[in-house]
Amino acid sequence: MKCDVCETEATVFLTQIINGQMTTVNLCDSCSQAKGVTDEMGFGLAEAFLNQPTPSNEVTEGVCEACGFTAAQLKKIGRMGCPECYTAFRDGLDGLLKAMHKGTRHVGKTPSKIAKSRHVQGNINHLREELANAVRDERYEDAARLKNEIDRILNPTPDTV
Amino acid sequence: MLFKTLINHPADWMQGSGPHSEIVMTSRVRLARNLRGFPFPGYSQEHQRLELLQLARPCVDSLPEMKDGYSEDYAKLSKTRKQVMVERHLVSREHAARAIGCAVAVDRKQNLSIMINEEDHFRIQGIRPGLNLRSAWQLVDKVDTELEGNLPYAYDEKLGYLTACPTNLGTGMRASVMLHLPALALTDQINPVIKAVGKIGLAVRGLYGEGTEALGNLFQISNQHTLGEKESEIISQIEKVIERVINSENNARQKLVEDNPNMLQDQVGRAYAILRHAHILASKEALNLLSLLRLGADLDLISNCDRSLLDMLLLEIQPAHLQLRAGKDLNPEERDLRRAEITRTRLHSLAGPSNVSNNQPPPEAPTSDLTDE
Repeated sequence: MKCDVCETEATVFLTQIINGQMTTVNLCDSCSQAKGVTDEMGFGLAEAFLNQPTPSNEVTEGVCEACGFTAAQLKKIGRMGCPECYTAFRDGLDGLLKAMHKGTRHVGKTPSKIAKSRHVQGNINHLREELANAVRDERYEDAARLKNEIDRILNPTPDTV
Repeated sequence: MLFKTLINHPADWMQGSGPHSEIVMTSRVRLARNLRGFPFPGYSQEHQRLELLQLARPCVDSLPEMKDGYSEDYAKLSKTRKQVMVERHLVSREHAARAIGCAVAVDRKQNLSIMINEEDHFRIQGIRPGLNLRSAWQLVDKVDTELEGNLPYAYDEKLGYLTACPTNLGTGMRASVMLHLPALALTDQINPVIKAVGKIGLAVRGLYGEGTEALGNLFQISNQHTLGEKESEIISQIEKVIERVINSENNARQKLVEDNPNMLQDQVGRAYAILRHAHILASKEALNLLSLLRLGADLDLISNCDRSLLDMLLLEIQPAHLQLRAGKDLNPEERDLRRAEITRTRLHSLAGPSNVSNNQPPPEAPTSDLTDE
């Protein structure tokens, strides 16, 4: 198969199906490198960035303070520099994610450490509400017990861990 | 485990077993994971990748699943060896193209592989034979939870697992099924099937993943979306689609046997003859002919054909496998000669195809009018 750009033998074959439309691009080694194509997703993403109307300068300006990655680089390669980039370039990300995924909020697996801390936070909120009720109702013994319980969760001693 | 041991003991999923194994070759699930405080591999400097490797490798190697497994630093691995692992689907092409700061670990049974510093810091992959995504998911889920206990994962409450490419955000999960669909291809029904699968948000790719051509009638179907759905929902959706594709392929096979037995027998017979007798065999040709031979075996046109023989041959004739066996680099012409030689040897004792229909009488020798008398 020939390269779509320069007619030499193609070695990189990109087939992408987006909303039922299949597009195939065949490129040779040098053209694929020249175009910065390492894989189909990156290519598609670059296109998505390029074809996006830019109503504001949200994804075209800015820099990630953690790693120095710039919005211009993001636009060019379609990938982030480091995990912190997702915070640095958060504005304007939703539109991109909407086009790419089923939703914009994660609903799958949660690391167990985070799941645990979320559970603990829920418990603390519940205990604080109870504490407020106890104080309001002048049930001071209950209030003292609840306060101790909250303290124990927030500052666990080695014995209670 | 030594590299030699790894290569000489192919995994069960390389040898044609598992649910629906006449059509489904393998089920794979991979997770993309990254660590907080490190740039992604594509944007990091060598010393940062080495630092991450130093932190991560002991955690990976000490996983209970990796006991007696294979683990190697890419700086010590030749190009051919890496390529052999690509051909066995243990590492990705992208990962094999990298060197310093990268490593791979494979468990003893070769059901699990972990790539360090691929596009993401970790790519955890589980593979099972036939249609069995759930078992592959359970394997990577367990390993992921174990790793997470010792390493600071980059995770965001809203976006999920943070990945180098936003296309992997959320679950970071890609579930893919490798299918052999020769009858749909022979009956020109493959493109409508690919289009239909694409319409519901799944991707169809060739033998070696992103950007590769569909050779040997082998297709990979995988999810594109990773954010906004649970892992189990993504897997259920793929399973449903795969079951429909399996039905279509089975129907197409049945139709070929009933409506077009001569064409079918011709194709399988030609494939058999060329593979048994060729002396120069290009990769593409070999893959396509082996696909037809596998179809012949599935439809009992070729009797007593062990499918694992064909699946192993499919691996053995790949370029890096040929070079590893030869112990040197080979040019394409040399490879074509060796590919043909191995194919002839492996198929030496395989009996030729029979007739499609049992009630068809064997052809009688035509009476010749050109007798001497």
